[in-house]
Amino acid sequence: MNYVLFLPELLVAGLGLLLLVVHLLWRTQDGSRSFGYFTAAGLAAIALYAYFNLGVNQTTLEGTWVSDPLAAFFKLLFLLAGILVALSSISYLRVIKEYFTEYLMLVVFATLSMMLVVSAGDLISLYIGLEFMAICFCVLTCYLKTSPKSPEAALKYIVINAFSSAVLLYGFSLLFGLTGSVSITGITQALTASDPQPAVYLALVLVLAGFSFKTSLVPFHMWTPDVYEGAPTPITNFFAIGSKAAGFGLMIRVFLTVFSATAGTLVLLLAVLSFLTFTIGNLVALPQTNIKRFLAYASIGSAGYIIMGLVAGGRTGVEAILFYLMINVFSTFGAFGVASVFGSTVGTDEIADYAGLSKRSPFLALVMLLSTLSLAGVPGLAGFVAKFYVFLALVHKGFAWLALVGVVISIVSVFYFLRLAKVMYVYEASEKEPVRVDASMQLALAASMVVTVVFGVYPTPLVNLVGQVAQAFLP
Amino acid sequence: MNFPFLSVIMLAPLAGALIILFLIKEDLHVRIVSAVVSAISLALSVFVYFTYDRVVGGMQFVEEIPWIQKLGVSYSLGVDGISLPMVLLTGLVIFTGIFASWTGITNRVKEFHIALLILVTGVFGVFMTRDLFFFFVFYEIAVIPMYLLIGIWGSTRKEYGAMKLTIYLMLGSAFLLIGIIMLYLASGTGSFDIATLASVEYERSLQNIVYLLMLVGFGVLAALWPLHTWSPDGHVAAPTAVSMLHAGVLMKLAAYGLVRVALFALPEGAQTWAPVIATLATVNAVYGALVAMAQRDMKFVIGYSSVSHMGFVLFGLAAMNSISLNGAVAQMFAHGIMTALFFALVGLVYDKAHTRYMPELGGLAHQMPRVAAAFVIAGLASLGLPGLINFVAEFLIFTGSYQVYPVLAVLSILSIVVTAAYVLRVAKWVFFGPSLKRWEHLPEATGVEFVPIAILVGVLVVMGAFPSMLTGMIDTGVASLMEHIGFAQIGGNF
Repeated sequence: MNYVLFLPELLVAGLGLLLLVVHLLWRTQDGSRSFGYFTAAGLAAIALYAYFNLGVNQTTLEGTWVSDPLAAFFKLLFLLAGILVALSSISYLRVIKEYFTEYLMLVVFATLSMMLVVSAGDLISLYIGLEFMAICFCVLTCYLKTSPKSPEAALKYIVINAFSSAVLLYGFSLLFGLTGSVSITGITQALTASDPQPAVYLALVLVLAGFSFKTSLVPFHMWTPDVYEGAPTPITNFFAIGSKAAGFGLMIRVFLTVFSATAGTLVLLLAVLSFLTFTIGNLVALPQTNIKRFLAYASIGSAGYIIMGLVAGGRTGVEAILFYLMINVFSTFGAFGVASVFGSTVGTDEIADYAGLSKRSPFLALVMLLSTLSLAGVPGLAGFVAKFYVFLALVHKGFAWLALVGVVISIVSVFYFLRLAKVMYVYEASEKEPVRVDASMQLALAASMVVTVVFGVYPTPLVNLVGQVAQAFLP
Repeated sequence: MNFPFLSVIMLAPLAGALIILFLIKEDLHVRIVSAVVSAISLALSVFVYFTYDRVVGGMQFVEEIPWIQKLGVSYSLGVDGISLPMVLLTGLVIFTGIFASWTGITNRVKEFHIALLILVTGVFGVFMTRDLFFFFVFYEIAVIPMYLLIGIWGSTRKEYGAMKLTIYLMLGSAFLLIGIIMLYLASGTGSFDIATLASVEYERSLQNIVYLLMLVGFGVLAALWPLHTWSPDGHVAAPTAVSMLHAGVLMKLAAYGLVRVALFALPEGAQTWAPVIATLATVNAVYGALVAMAQRDMKFVIGYSSVSHMGFVLFGLAAMNSISLNGAVAQMFAHGIMTALFFALVGLVYDKAHTRYMPELGGLAHQMPRVAAAFVIAGLASLGLPGLINFVAEFLIFTGSYQVYPVLAVLSILSIVVTAAYVLRVAKWVFFGPSLKRWEHLPEATGVEFVPIAILVGVLVVMGAFPSMLTGMIDTGVASLMEHIGFAQIGGNF
């Protein structure tokens, strides 16, 4: 067995355990900040390793463990998300106060769990990875003991998650019953060998529903706004940039292989989900007054565009999803990151209180403006290239109507993001006191904005990277 | 490698925006930097305009850098006889626009100039790029800063105007985006190069669909009736320099796009939809003029006159022969200069009198003789007085289109009569008549305020006296365009 294939995961697990041990030996309140930087630096080192091993393409443990470029790409994505979340958590320390090292350890393990999920080569390890992930996120969600919303959110998350896992498991059991195999390649071979039986369609619907909960596609999105609102904001961010990407990673791996025999039905169902998701997500974002709920619906809306890549399928579709998810890490991080700083220093999440932010902190206002415009798909920023890529794949597949509806509905997101810009830039602040931003957060936000702008202007490196990944996945 | 003139023209404003963002704090320094970078752009535009080889024609000053090879996107610039007048127009309007906001903008000067310069970079980009992907990117960059520019520094229902404008334009570009993607995929060339895309002969049904998508997309920005309602609201709400840029240059982006992309690549689609465009454009011309007649706010009059004059441009495009296309492009230039002058003058009056409501004004010629004189010149240009450049443009448009749409052409020409009526009415109400006591304190435009007036009036008069400076240039561009689409000419409609 080749242990090198597990090296990133082993390193991440080691980092998490190391945090616990060091914390026991050196227990000071002041140390917490340095633990945050230590976590970010550790994850960065592992990310660097992962980046230079993107080309590995092997399976081990009899197909249970897949180390292909697709998995490696997602691991890189999760590690980058983990770094950003760790950095943004440092400035959130004044809200969390206690047990910060354990919190960081959970962030590290949540990163690990997502890395396990995308490397799963059979349904059992996939399911275990998903549950591991749910537990980490659940504990992180209820970390704000003084806020009543935080435990409520955690409870909602765990209940809905258990429900969706049950649905998913039922789908998996049907697949096992039909094919006698739990490995993804085994199932694929058995299902493509003959015409699909009716039960395959049932399995398809169940698995799709299960994954839709994880990626909060409408109508399986109900938990998202509540959980996003209640969780500590850095964790909300982690949900939006990490956990969601993990769900899409699974969808790419499972739908484009296992269900390729029922592609017609799958594409139709996905198209309907896509339409519902971007329409309802964007429209319901309109009346929101709480920034976290607002961004939660906006992020649901953008999931509707990501899923278009699956509707399109094929190599271009996969490329589009990968590109979109990677850009989403930085742009969404920017938006939730500003909400995190603002919430923890000013102590409010109401959009109305963002009035005059451009005077109180030009930096935060600019980051919010750039990241929301990127999310809305305004050219010159990376989000546009991502949307363009998705629409390109979709029109290529013959879904020009869905693309057209999608672009038109995305105008709604332009509207509400510009309304936020209006609040920040046009309205006068009721308080004049400047909003202070920690060095760690400045670093994280500035870095993500640099990525957003650079890939908006010159996306070629990322386009080439996702091209190689998709080529390896669908030769 | 040759000196990248076009890149410098386009990127100088962006460089200025970055310098202002990171280095400059003083308001005066911000204005000086903006003026310097726009002067660089203008000077190089003039240089390129006069060194372009009209005998050789075609794309010149080309630059090309592969950008996203996988999708066939490249950063490629070039100018021909159609785009050069537009580049020159942009240079003139931004340079004068900086001076027009010298005294008018006092709040958040830094942010204003950053947004303005970014916007202009986008506009230059659209007129210079030879790549459809970059075309769309620049097109949008020219639209988005508009929201902040109007929303923060505007007047009269600015938030409503800004949002309405942005939503309309984004909606238009949604259609445009899908059209562009369909064209790219249908060509099968794997390239976004406009000339490459145009070299493919597409099926007529596809041409009809894609052209329609582009027509809706560009039609919104060109204020094609009934998609025009954002335009007067937006122009009225915008600060002076932004109105100048928007009515003077941005609306031309759409007409330019219709020629450069839609007509060039999809001649048969253009043929199908031409009668529709011609009809709607006639409505534009007549309806815009009649509504302008009914306004009480000076800026609304100019706003609706833009709707009316864009009708002429679109009408010229719809006739699809070389005379009318020459006229349409010339009108884009002429109207750009003329309307920028109008908005600069209205802005001056508003900055000093703090009202644009015409019944309250009167006799301002006593206090501001230069402004009044310039307004009369702009007004005469607007109603197509021979000797000014607008006459040449309108003459070409109607000569060309009369052969194709005689009835509609006559109707459009009649709208010029209405134009004469509303322009002279504004001049009478605002500038002439007895001097009113309450306006006696108003100062004349002096110093920097006079710069835009002098330059823009100068261009109107000089180009009017030597129209071949403009038409000779445009003709080289239109001739090669006609060669390409020659088979798709139309004739004998109503």
